[in-house]
Amino acid sequence: MKEYETVIGLEVHVELATKTKIFCGCSTAFGGAPNTHVCPVCSGMPGSLPVLNKQVVEYAMAVGLATNCQINQKNIFDRKNYFYPDNPQNYQISQLYHPICHDGGIEIETADGGKKTVRIHEIHMEEDAGKLIHDEWEDCSLVDFNRSGVPLIEIVSEPDMRSADEVIAYLDKLRLIIQYLGASDCKLQEGSMRADVNLSVREVGASEFGTRTETKNLNSFKAIARAIEAEKKRQIEIIEEGGKVVQETRRWDDNKEYSYAMRSKEDAQDYRYFPEPDLVPVVIDDEWLNEVKSRQPEFRDEKRARYKAEFDIPEYDADIITGSKKMADIFEAATAICNKPKKVSNWLMVETMRLLKENSMEPEDIRFSPENLAKLIELVEAGSINSSVAKEVFEKIFADDIDPDKYVEENGLKIVNDDDALRKTIEEIIAANPQSVEDYHNGKEKAIGFLVGQTMKAMKGKANPAMINQILKELL
Amino acid sequence: MDITKLTAVELGKKIKDREISVREAVEAVFDRIKAADGEYNCYVTLCEEQALKQADEIQKKIDDGTLTGPLAGVPVAIKDNMCTEGVLTTCSSKILYNFKPTFSSEAVLNLEKAGAVIIGKTNMDEFAMGSTTETSYFGATKNPRNPEHVPGGSSGGSAAAVAADECFYALGSDTGGSIRQPSSYCGVVGMKPTYGTVSRYGLIAYGSSLDQIGPITKDVTDCATVLEAIASYDPKDSTSVKREQDEYRFTEALVEDVKGLKIGIPRTYFGEGIDEDVKEKVLAAAKVLESKGAIIEEFDLGLVDYAIPAYYIIASAEASSNLARFDGVKYGYRTEDYEGLHNMYKKSRSEGFGAEVKRRIMLGSFVLSSGYYDAYYIKALKTKALIKEEFNKAFAKYDVILGPAAPTTAPKLGESLSDPIKMYLGDIYTISVNLAGLPGICVPCGNDRNGLPVGVQLIGDCFSEKTLIRAAYTYEQSVKRGEE
Repeated sequence: MKEYETVIGLEVHVELATKTKIFCGCSTAFGGAPNTHVCPVCSGMPGSLPVLNKQVVEYAMAVGLATNCQINQKNIFDRKNYFYPDNPQNYQISQLYHPICHDGGIEIETADGGKKTVRIHEIHMEEDAGKLIHDEWEDCSLVDFNRSGVPLIEIVSEPDMRSADEVIAYLDKLRLIIQYLGASDCKLQEGSMRADVNLSVREVGASEFGTRTETKNLNSFKAIARAIEAEKKRQIEIIEEGGKVVQETRRWDDNKEYSYAMRSKEDAQDYRYFPEPDLVPVVIDDEWLNEVKSRQPEFRDEKRARYKAEFDIPEYDADIITGSKKMADIFEAATAICNKPKKVSNWLMVETMRLLKENSMEPEDIRFSPENLAKLIELVEAGSINSSVAKEVFEKIFADDIDPDKYVEENGLKIVNDDDALRKTIEEIIAANPQSVEDYHNGKEKAIGFLVGQTMKAMKGKANPAMINQILKELL
Repeated sequence: MDITKLTAVELGKKIKDREISVREAVEAVFDRIKAADGEYNCYVTLCEEQALKQADEIQKKIDDGTLTGPLAGVPVAIKDNMCTEGVLTTCSSKILYNFKPTFSSEAVLNLEKAGAVIIGKTNMDEFAMGSTTETSYFGATKNPRNPEHVPGGSSGGSAAAVAADECFYALGSDTGGSIRQPSSYCGVVGMKPTYGTVSRYGLIAYGSSLDQIGPITKDVTDCATVLEAIASYDPKDSTSVKREQDEYRFTEALVEDVKGLKIGIPRTYFGEGIDEDVKEKVLAAAKVLESKGAIIEEFDLGLVDYAIPAYYIIASAEASSNLARFDGVKYGYRTEDYEGLHNMYKKSRSEGFGAEVKRRIMLGSFVLSSGYYDAYYIKALKTKALIKEEFNKAFAKYDVILGPAAPTTAPKLGESLSDPIKMYLGDIYTISVNLAGLPGICVPCGNDRNGLPVGVQLIGDCFSEKTLIRAAYTYEQSVKRGEE
């Protein structure tokens, strides 16, 4: 078999985190009973007119600036005409001729540890469609316009990626930039970030691209990686068998790990784009551009370097923590309260990561507040609770964001520093374990560990281990 | 006294002076409608019950001093492409035969604030596409000056209702002449304001970049008064223009003064295709203004012939997209039998739209399709820009351009639709005004040899409505005194 190279470009849709829709004042909140976040504008009622939400332009500008794009200072919206019931006007307001951002790119790390730039062709603003629900029982379809008019940006890359790893690296980086900007939460499962994969294969060394397909319905990084592998294999097999790849749109079924053709190029619609006459051009003057520029946040690379320098935490830890906006936010907020960056970092790196993994959660799903983590650290530092109790309390914080001070108080988890009570318990333990006492006296240092453990158990974990040690040695 | 013969402002004053009650005015107008509308068919929907209820409410507000404006209590007719909450709004199309909007258009809300009583929705060419009001699904409207003739269009129902005293004033919409041409045919006053002056929110779009709502009235005083009531900056319409406060006080321009006013008459407007009687009456109107001190000069306005093709490309392109939402899914007409989504769309739209609307949807879809976009649509936009430049040049020299509103008087019913190209050519004097976004007013200037009204059109630069009103008022008052 010949050697093949995979060529991949991505079209990434990102739902912007505005409070209201792109062309009306309706809420963008996820969920909600069907057709409760709708008005004449986003349900396409005759006579209604769109009014642009300026925040959409600012988010799009911010993403463009962060991905090194040129910003188009005169923005015009275009109508994309097609009939479908989820699209109440039967046209989508988008940008074809003058996208807000163009000619950018971001640097990713490749598998061999090197770096490469994935170029961004353009970023444009558009509105989302509604949602169709097919009722099998009633044999009818229902439409929910809650999502209709939710603002999107579409980020179109050049065909610069060569493997699933590079695609994931690109998406990861893009997602992080957008999360750092607060422009979107970028959740693939909930659809606030959606990636369509344009893929073709060619013989290594060939100068022309092969015929590409577009794969849709990819709801996780894993699905994207699987779909890329499957599509690459499918295309190579076609070519090896002497066939020709057909330019088409395919839909990925992640349960079956298989994609099927949705529509070929021949069925491609003529969208009859033309400038949206109901909107006036949006001019981004230098003042506005500079204002958005000045508000750009600290991104990952800068943050990572600062964490090392300012907080003296290991590079590896800084890397993991800055790898999620949520983690970085918690780290900074908790550190600001308790002023113990290393302790905060440890809780995030060890216990938080463990619990996320156990619960199949992403860092973005973290619900606990930095205040409660800081309080917990202070409790440990003050010697009020021991480390095993702290872990138990943290699990509660992680799950329900409980207040550790209150929780420890209410559940009587505070370390008992009452000398007499402890002394009494230890005396009982010594009396009950003559063998261990004898072992200790025979020079088996380990035996004391067993006795400490027994004491701790009897004290239900509320004792200070150093104190137990000291009293034990004294009594023995 | 026949109440229905009064102008809107005259009636408003009598209501204010307690000579006539609002209820009396509403009852009088409905009596007139009952007597005359069987013949003229000005209305698609009448709201008698609602109007009488509204009349009493408004009367209370007038009595307690809440409503003091000149239009308080005066009944109005609204063209059926403007949304009225809870009242059928059909665009004279089968596809919206049962459509009741959930909100009222901004212009209607502005009138309601001024104390207007809405008596009904007037007939029009389907989706405002046509020049005769014959393309209505609800049958043609007849010209009250001579019922064998059309009232013009597309705001034919509004113009005829005003001419027939079936209302005191009406709102129309003008995309390529749809206020001015029927006003000319029916012998009433009609004005298309500068694009962006009256909010389009709630106006069911035909050609969004050209559509503008305006008054159709019995005289110039009413015209200025109604315009003052409906014009407003509306943040819900992105194309709405925020003007200086005093620019909205149009009634201030109701003064007789054209001394030194420079009026240009385009020679090209009086060439081939114009009816001799129309030419004579329009030029006579110019003479009247000259006698009042205006400076009249002939000049050459360029690109007149390009306006019609550019207009039909741009308006149809926008219409093909604007009318896509009428698909049988959400509201309006849906075909009875269908198999699957595609078939439902196709049958609902085939059965729901009339021939002229389909023709323009097809034309518009064609000019936007890939491969033709640059050759047609882009070229039309460039032409539009050049036409605007021609007007800019003219307005560097003249304050007002004077010409006819239409090349002929109202044609007979049934004569126009068989030859759409000829019908389109009839829009030659009005269309370029929309392409350039300018204001234009049409004022009656006599009758032709068959007794059909002729209108003179005054065109101004953007935001010069006050100049137009001043010139039109001066002309009207002179004629009233017999100074022709």
